[in-house]
Amino acid sequence: MNDTLANIEKKTAYVLTLPAVLLVFAIILFPIFANVWISFKEVQLKDIRIPEPRAKKIIKSISDETSKIKILYKLRNSSLLQEIRDVTFQDKYPKNLKIENLDPRCDFKQFILKCDFGNWPAKYKENFQVIFETNDGSIIDKKELKSIKPKLYGKSDNILLNTKFTLKNFKKVLFENEFLDLLLTTFYYTFFGTVGSIVFGILTAQMVNQKFYGRTFMRSVLLFPYVAPVVALAYTWELLLDPNSGTLNSLLINYRIIETPINLLGQKYIEISILGFDFKLRLALTTVIMFEIWRYFPLAFLFILARLQAIPKELYEAADVDGASPFQKFFKITLPQITAVISILFMIRFIWNFNKFEDVFLLTGGASGTRTLPINVYQQGFAISDIGMGSAVSMVIVVLLLIFMFFYFRLLGKRVDEN
Amino acid sequence: MKIKNTIFFSLISTFFLIFLISIWKILATLQGLSINSFNIEILFVFGFLISIAHLGIGNRIKSFYKLIIFSSLFIFCDGYLIQKLPIWYNIGVFFILYFFTNKISKYSFSGLKEEHSTQVILFDFLTLFGILFFSFVILFPFYMMLITSFKTQIALLVNPLDFSINFGQDIKDLFKSYFVIFKSYKFGKYILTSTVVSVGTVIITLLFAIPAAYAVARLNFFGKTFLSTSILIIYMFPAIVLVIPLYTIFSQLGLRNSIEGLLIVYTATTLPVAIYMLQGYFKSIPKELEEAAILDKLSWFGIITKIIIPLSIPAISSVALYVFMIAWNEFLFSLMFLDNPNSFTLSRAIQYLSGDAETPRQYLMAGSVVVTLPVLFIFVYFEKYLVSGLTAGSVKG
Repeated sequence: MNDTLANIEKKTAYVLTLPAVLLVFAIILFPIFANVWISFKEVQLKDIRIPEPRAKKIIKSISDETSKIKILYKLRNSSLLQEIRDVTFQDKYPKNLKIENLDPRCDFKQFILKCDFGNWPAKYKENFQVIFETNDGSIIDKKELKSIKPKLYGKSDNILLNTKFTLKNFKKVLFENEFLDLLLTTFYYTFFGTVGSIVFGILTAQMVNQKFYGRTFMRSVLLFPYVAPVVALAYTWELLLDPNSGTLNSLLINYRIIETPINLLGQKYIEISILGFDFKLRLALTTVIMFEIWRYFPLAFLFILARLQAIPKELYEAADVDGASPFQKFFKITLPQITAVISILFMIRFIWNFNKFEDVFLLTGGASGTRTLPINVYQQGFAISDIGMGSAVSMVIVVLLLIFMFFYFRLLGKRVDEN
Repeated sequence: MKIKNTIFFSLISTFFLIFLISIWKILATLQGLSINSFNIEILFVFGFLISIAHLGIGNRIKSFYKLIIFSSLFIFCDGYLIQKLPIWYNIGVFFILYFFTNKISKYSFSGLKEEHSTQVILFDFLTLFGILFFSFVILFPFYMMLITSFKTQIALLVNPLDFSINFGQDIKDLFKSYFVIFKSYKFGKYILTSTVVSVGTVIITLLFAIPAAYAVARLNFFGKTFLSTSILIIYMFPAIVLVIPLYTIFSQLGLRNSIEGLLIVYTATTLPVAIYMLQGYFKSIPKELEEAAILDKLSWFGIITKIIIPLSIPAISSVALYVFMIAWNEFLFSLMFLDNPNSFTLSRAIQYLSGDAETPRQYLMAGSVVVTLPVLFIFVYFEKYLVSGLTAGSVKG
């Protein structure tokens, strides 16, 4: 009895989870495997379209003879690269028509025209024409003729399905293309973006954790950058920072803080000298990181605030009795209480920032020293149209990501053990 | 000790006052006033004098008179002697000083003698400073977005600092950018597409996620732990890795440029979050209810629809709002999969609009307002649900 109940439970569980599992498998896990496959192939963007035989039907009346009609089919192979084998053609006609000159490749039976065109090489084109006449001499209805579309079938190789593999993509990714620079930019972007958003998260959470008028409103406002669509925010920032008529540059010039406008998103380096030392700051990258911090510190804020509100009040009361100063209270009570949440936040944000694409893409498009790995996936795959290369770059991301995740789950496991 | 603390207090409060006045000056500049300097030196002297005078006077006169004296002196010098500024600017300064004297009124000489008083002062002022600073930094871009959408191209180029809007003009001129994007750029259609995609994603995700979350939360089966860990891992996986294979597969299946394609991808990417959030909530529902239902011979379908769903309306609505916001804001997949303007979503349409360098910026900003407003409205209105969901599931982003 018990056994059957457990069996029913199992079956129910599988029925309930199956749809979700299948969908996730098809759209997330399968593409990851497909990615591995593609990354070992030389595939261009133009190769992935499967070649199709196509026909454009043009109906032409023949002058003086209303009962006769000429139909011209413009046949072609849609691919410029691959041949199509065993092309068959099929089209239907109204019942009162008879064919005049039958092409030897074709067969006309029961008002259906069937043709075997054999193999079409790449770029193949042919004008195929047939002439029809009505049985009873009545006028042909052109609209009816036009409404029926011919059907064509053919076999062709799918470049993605053959078993030709190469390591060329990986060689190119790792040894050309300034891979080290790419990696370094990605790490700067990820690391400073993550640290910045956590620092601001701690500050704001500490702030909102105190009682003041308009606190709930403040909490909503702090989350605005996180919930608003990235497209709108990125273009607003772009407008704000524009060197020619952007608000920020105009304000700075108006108050005579700077003399000439600074192109914050379009300038790779800026020279700064502090105490006689000259620094070269990656300007555009810094601006992009600022945007990143601005947009994602709300998440850190929310997590840390939730944790702060769970700290028992008694701890602070006891500290007050002992005569602790506000700074002592912050460093001795608050900070140790939130280290767990901070370390988890750090890992989550680090992984997500590492893969962030939209923000940089919308702000700079990867120009002026802001090309990160995800941007490179897009550029290789869609700007240079080398799908194989794009896949190889994203494989590099996956491998690095797996390493991060390994550490993340070990950290998570440790935390679970501690509690 | 006393002198040191007094100077420290005066300095901090002075910096705070300078900050307040500077923000007001920036906002005033943006209304078309020509203010070319913050006059920080003068502000500093005044702030310092006010703070010291406040401590010196103490409670000997009413705080209201104190405020009148301070603000009239301040306004006379800053708003009249140095530069003649309009009355509304000075009224603003008056309110800032009102706020400021209110804030410093709780400090007195005797308070400064207490232990840690400098740290307390620093903490208090840093909090105030932080609240104002972050409000300004966060709200300013949104303010700019809104204002720019009401301006004309010429006005933007002539004086980029003039944020004032002439409300006296014809309503058609005021909302011209909005009329244009809806008429010439078909934004009505894009709103419809975005709504259909987002609402569709919410419905399909819930249909798939509720049963799965129930199974993970309640039933025992082989592979359960594996499933719940994979949910976490998949949820961390980045969209950028999926883009190329999905693009190739969708191209070959003819799913690009279709709403169905977007729906499938959005559902699959939001499912792990939805399952993760829902199963956490389902676990908190008392088991006894279901046991009673099983005795009543209710099937699992009955249990889910009659017990679980009615009891977890708050969690389900928070997941639904969330998924809606993710789908509405999504950009990467819509960039990859849509290249026919007829099937654009709002985000993709705005990006397409910006691709043309000739597009006036006020149209771009009007589009941005259109895409942002629904999300912010939903967020503010349903904040309670969303914030609890955010911390529970921590949405991807």
